[in-house]
Amino acid sequence: MATPEGKEQTLRVGEYDVTVVQGGSGQPVLVLHEELGDPGWLQWHSELARSRTLIIPQHPGFGKTPQIKWLRNVRDLACFYARLLREQGMAPIDVVGFSLGGWIAAEMAVNDPKQFRHMVLVGATGIKPPEGEIADMFTVTARAYLNSSVYDQKATPEFAALYGGAQTPEQFEAWEDARAETARIAWQPYMYNPSLPQLLEGVRGLPTLLIWGRQDRIVPLSAGELYHKSIAGSELMVLDRCGHRPEIEKRPEFCERLQRFLA
Amino acid sequence: MHVMTFSERPYFHVREDDIISNQNSYFGLANMGDTGFDPAKGHQLYHEYFDERIYAEELGFDGVMLNEHHQTPFCMGSVMDVEAAVLARITKRVKIVLLGNPLPVADPLRLAEELAMIDVISGGRLVPGWVRGAGSESIANNANPAFNRERFNEAHDFVIKAWTTPGPWRYEGEHYHYRFVNPWILPMQKPHPPIWIPGIVSPETVVWCAEHRYPYVALCTNIEPTIEMVNLYADVAERMGYQAGPENFGYLQTIACAETEEKAQQLGRGFVYGGGFGSFARPEWMFPPGYNSKAATKRLAKAMTDPRTGAEIIRFSEGEVDVEQVKASINSQYQSSQEQGLIIVGTPKTCIEKLRNLMEALRPGILGLWYHHGPMSYEDRRTSLRLLGQEVLPAIREIAKELGLPGPFEQTPGTRPLPASGKHDPVVGLSA
Repeated sequence: MATPEGKEQTLRVGEYDVTVVQGGSGQPVLVLHEELGDPGWLQWHSELARSRTLIIPQHPGFGKTPQIKWLRNVRDLACFYARLLREQGMAPIDVVGFSLGGWIAAEMAVNDPKQFRHMVLVGATGIKPPEGEIADMFTVTARAYLNSSVYDQKATPEFAALYGGAQTPEQFEAWEDARAETARIAWQPYMYNPSLPQLLEGVRGLPTLLIWGRQDRIVPLSAGELYHKSIAGSELMVLDRCGHRPEIEKRPEFCERLQRFLA
Repeated sequence: MHVMTFSERPYFHVREDDIISNQNSYFGLANMGDTGFDPAKGHQLYHEYFDERIYAEELGFDGVMLNEHHQTPFCMGSVMDVEAAVLARITKRVKIVLLGNPLPVADPLRLAEELAMIDVISGGRLVPGWVRGAGSESIANNANPAFNRERFNEAHDFVIKAWTTPGPWRYEGEHYHYRFVNPWILPMQKPHPPIWIPGIVSPETVVWCAEHRYPYVALCTNIEPTIEMVNLYADVAERMGYQAGPENFGYLQTIACAETEEKAQQLGRGFVYGGGFGSFARPEWMFPPGYNSKAATKRLAKAMTDPRTGAEIIRFSEGEVDVEQVKASINSQYQSSQEQGLIIVGTPKTCIEKLRNLMEALRPGILGLWYHHGPMSYEDRRTSLRLLGQEVLPAIREIAKELGLPGPFEQTPGTRPLPASGKHDPVVGLSA
């Protein structure tokens, strides 16, 4: 069987176009990307796509999806994605959110947990960590931010394949667009909603898996622990010798647990 | 012609090596923090800087220009309006030219009040000027850079309205909201003080200035792109139905003036101290997310990924700093800046010759003389000011008369009619 690949298509949501990367076959899974944009089709995508259809929208203002001017915070974006699910008849759906994408998923679950069948948050922002701080992407270059996102670059060949080598103008521009859009929606308070831990009380009956690298330097593990405490019945998987990118740093363990959880 | 003095009022008791090893950056000296500030030295410097501005008035300059930068020893005017308020009281005649208040990081209602107070205290001598602020100001003030241009435009319109529309009124805007606008203290100059806008040749700002008939003051920019901007301004002015003239343009010139060429060379090195303006902040702080327009981001993407231009910038950002190597590059920058005319260095005679070239090429109606940067004794600063005031200033006035360069107080900007053809006369390249 050939390795499944993602193909771009455009979904219409009200009067807005959203670029979506879709690939694989089987029950759909919504994947919400991180704050530097859609990283492209990764190895874990290929693995999961053997049994599931991945639906990866590029957030408004990121990648090829045009900016939506009235979107001014992550709650707005969560409501926009709720509309996408509703209009496309996709709900309830499994969701996997990475970093900023995890925060979007958590806000969606707070609004209406019945939108989802399972929720997986990977190194999610959105909560002020009780210990440590969320690393500020706006005072460093995109590349410096990425470099601090993995625990051991040398042991992570997929990281080098994705981000190594000379930077192209297109990549620089895509990262700048992503940083600008993230600033629009998450500049202050930086990358969290102060009321989210309280609001998560309302997320009932939604099987939730939290995946964190123990050495996450972007969103400290203490934030994952607070998510775990705030979402009734959630599971917390902590990976050793792993930073903010479990899906590329610890892909086998990540994929195994994800598939088991979503089954 | 309006001739004014300027300096950044630097806190220069910082070792050059510390600036360089801090990623070649003044802003947020991470390796020493603000514990490097000695309030006693700060006290002395503020007083000396005020005295220099009184002296500039005595010498006959038309204005004293201030600016504002935050959280950096590069400039002690972190709240420039405080200094302007002092100058409003201790000077008698000079214009107090603020270039400028960073609007996107300000509370516009409070700004309208502060500036009105300064105008009233000074007896109507205020020239407010407004900027988007260097990118690093967005970080220093936590003002969202993604809305920088929007906030600038909205704050500008709000301040003008606060000065000209009788209160009380309510304001519900996009980025600012006020239940009650009735500032009471209004400017002495009516309908409001004249506004000048400084910049570093961003076309978006130049177009905006021409549309508003505000003089545009280029800050130490390279001559060719500045001429392009003067022409752009004149084209937009034509579309707006007026002829641009010298009163619409200003230029800030760094100038190290001393009794001898040797002494001037020694003083001029201060302009590149620690890397000069080029080292003002780390590149990623100068271009925070969303600060640039899409077009500017495209230009930046090319520059930053081009090994000929980008490699050095990125290397500094990633923490490998060779102090000696940077110093060597600073010294060669000092030489090339002189060759390009970006820094004028010399005796009054040399300075006059070089200023004439500038005035012929740009035809500005406003000229700022940035006479000091880096470590420089009070005595040397006074001497430079004296030479500029007693020897250079009279020559500038003669040249301005000869070239026909009225300032904005001699010819109101935006009131010059277009020729009958409806096409504007050239504004630069007249004398050759």
